[in-house]
Amino acid sequence: MATLNLKINGKTHTVDVEEDTPLLWVLRDHLGLVGTKYSCGIAQCGACTVHLNGEAIFSCSMPVSSVGSDEVTTIEGLSEEGDHPVQQAWEEIDVAQCGYCQAGQIMNAAAFLKKNPSPSMDEIENAMNRNLCRCGTYHKIREAVAKAAKI
Amino acid sequence: MATLTKTNRRDFLKIAGTTAGGLFIGFNWLGCDSPKMEVLSDEQVLSQAKNFNAYLSIAPSGDIVIYSPNPELGQNIKTSFPMVVAEELDADWKKVRVLQANLDTEKFDRQLTGGSGAMPHSWERLRKAGATARYLLVAAAANEWAVPAEEITTSEGMIFHKGSGKEASYGDMAIAASMIEAPEDVVLKDKKDFKIIGTPVKNVDSRAIYTGKPLYGLDFYREGMMHAMVQRPPFGMKIKSVDDTAAKAVNGVSQVVTFDNSVAVIGNSTWPLMKAKKLLKVEYEPDGMVESTSDHDRIFREMLDSGKAEERRRDGNVDMAFKNAAQVVTAEYQCPFLSHSPMEPMNFFAHVKENSAELIGPTQTPDRAASSAAEILGIPKENITVEITRLGGGFGRRLRADYADEAVKISKLINAPVKVTWSREDDLTGGAYRPAVRYRFEAALDSDGNMIGYKLKGAGINAGNSTRQNNFPSGAVDNVLIESIDHQSPITTNAWRAPITNFLAYAEQSFLDEVAMAAKKDPVEFRLALLEKAKANPVGGELGYDADRMIGVIKTAAEKSNWGKNPNVSQGFSVYFSHRTYVAQVADIEMENGAPVLKKITAATDCGMVINPTGANHQVRGGIVDGMGHAMYGNLTFENGLPTQKNFDKYRLIRMKEVPQIDVHYVDSGFDPTGLGEPALPPTGGAVANAIYKATERRLRTQPFIEQKEFEDLNLVIKRS
Repeated sequence: MATLNLKINGKTHTVDVEEDTPLLWVLRDHLGLVGTKYSCGIAQCGACTVHLNGEAIFSCSMPVSSVGSDEVTTIEGLSEEGDHPVQQAWEEIDVAQCGYCQAGQIMNAAAFLKKNPSPSMDEIENAMNRNLCRCGTYHKIREAVAKAAKI
Repeated sequence: MATLTKTNRRDFLKIAGTTAGGLFIGFNWLGCDSPKMEVLSDEQVLSQAKNFNAYLSIAPSGDIVIYSPNPELGQNIKTSFPMVVAEELDADWKKVRVLQANLDTEKFDRQLTGGSGAMPHSWERLRKAGATARYLLVAAAANEWAVPAEEITTSEGMIFHKGSGKEASYGDMAIAASMIEAPEDVVLKDKKDFKIIGTPVKNVDSRAIYTGKPLYGLDFYREGMMHAMVQRPPFGMKIKSVDDTAAKAVNGVSQVVTFDNSVAVIGNSTWPLMKAKKLLKVEYEPDGMVESTSDHDRIFREMLDSGKAEERRRDGNVDMAFKNAAQVVTAEYQCPFLSHSPMEPMNFFAHVKENSAELIGPTQTPDRAASSAAEILGIPKENITVEITRLGGGFGRRLRADYADEAVKISKLINAPVKVTWSREDDLTGGAYRPAVRYRFEAALDSDGNMIGYKLKGAGINAGNSTRQNNFPSGAVDNVLIESIDHQSPITTNAWRAPITNFLAYAEQSFLDEVAMAAKKDPVEFRLALLEKAKANPVGGELGYDADRMIGVIKTAAEKSNWGKNPNVSQGFSVYFSHRTYVAQVADIEMENGAPVLKKITAATDCGMVINPTGANHQVRGGIVDGMGHAMYGNLTFENGLPTQKNFDKYRLIRMKEVPQIDVHYVDSGFDPTGLGEPALPPTGGAVANAIYKATERRLRTQPFIEQKEFEDLNLVIKRS
């Protein structure tokens, strides 16, 4: 067991967990931040995407001990009022079907747009291809990322 | 024309109080619109609201609570059901908040998600629920204002009397209206007066989804609950011995229990259980047959060559038709097992007490979960409550109660509230798959290329009847024989989005393409001629489908896709009727630098009236993406009773860059709405395979396409414009 101080969504949280615990399960089981989803656990689907110092990472495959003093942002902390441009675009385009993958999609899109504020459709697809959506909302996701870039 | 309908008393029980509340996490529209207004919580609204019927409560504040009884798994029912109620109520949609109802067999019937059947089942009930409440609000205003009810009009939650200039809100009249006896008969709106139905209303949970609120079963947490994960046996095996020493030693694991042929690790959080499960040493031994995919390939041949198949339909004289045929076309098509793989893995919470149980989680059939728990526990079903969370996908997998049963059994064993979580590996290896099926088709053609005989034999592995014997082309061919034969396997199967037809449609529509080619006929003309024949002279009596509606979608798809107009485009056609809805699709392939490029799929759908265009487009596009993804990539193979593909690294799901442009069109046939959760999926594989054939003369008769030798050097490119 290790006592770790994690910087998550602008606050410091102290947790006592095994060092090999993936960040995903610390967020979900220990901190109640369940917006970050579990789906594959092996970095294949993107449902668990969070930001580590602004980079989109798969939290299911990131041991919590390697987070250190890096800043973690989850869907709950992406914006205070739920009005980040990507969230606004998702709502405007009405992207979700079941919605389970969408937090991961939004987090990936937000990190991508920060690096590339005016992407081409090809660049959007290359960035978003790592996130699975079993309902097949891919057309809406493309549209929403393009829209968010304009907000 | 406005219609007068009888009220179903069962739906209109006056219920004291409002106890049907589910998770109070609805998106608060008031908060969005006018931040300065006092925003009432759902609990506050409910505590003041007057209950009008099973679906509807109205508070003096004017806030309207609509309960959505059916599980929401992405088909958008939680938005489209309340739209229908609000329409007849003449509500202001901005004042509507939607709550998921718990299982309540007294108030609701068919509280399940399956068969694309919710909307056709509930359409009239929902309309009556809204119209009855509106009637009572108008009656209350008429009493108070002492004016005839006929002179009163309503609009967007307001009540008006033109003569006296009086007006009131629904909130003003809610208490008085709730005290008036509900009428037996109620007038429904003329469809042309609809203001909410037919408009793109947004998903009522969207804000909660996009801000990461705990909506799903896996997000459920209660103080003091335990977590559990379960090790299940390979199919056809039973436990020989369990060594749980290493598993128990994992920090965070409190106990290990064995039940049936499963071993459950219990603890305070999920990760230690994932580790502990890998450390379990469970030895298994055969418990009957243990099968591999190589066995199934042999079993398929044996079944198709056997004379023991069950006759499903016979018209005319098939033997004579094939004897007299100028040409016979024969082909076999095969599909593998598939996993449902919803993004949210199976999970359920159960708290079993002395003589009752509380169940919470993602289920398509809450009633089945309750019945099953009652049977396991030997207690009355009335003592079991089921709270339905939002489902992170279902695709039919959550029609089964197996994972809820596990939670019930474990909670009883450890005498504590528990949430069972399946890992992705559990989800892929834990069973209840789309059955594997092989079909043999034979067609007899006369010298003019007319199909005079048609034979279909379906061989399935736990597929039940793998045919749909009364579907097209039955009724359009004089001599028909349809048979099925099934192999009982220990590998569990279950309904998978558009059961049977998810593969049958591809096989049949590809085969009909082969027949049209052999007859040297245009695939669209070939189908239309058959349908005209079916209409004029239905073989075997009444048709199992509406030929005119099928013709309608075929013609619309052909027109919208410019069928046959551009010689540079190789087009594949497919049409299918399932779950009361008709869908035709055309796939377009263009050759670029010597490689076939799949650019577009055009769909024409007749689902009757479209309630929510956004939701409908979602279902059609999503169904096509699903149909195409599994036709291209989906494969689950077995080795000694265990799936070879255990996670998404090996079990391939379609991704964004693998999806073409999809154009969606509707045929307005004037019928009442039918479901859309499934019907767009079945035709897609056939449209794509037929386009590939047209472009390359390679016929793909086995799924998944990418694993076939015909596909090896095809170099198919998928591109969106």
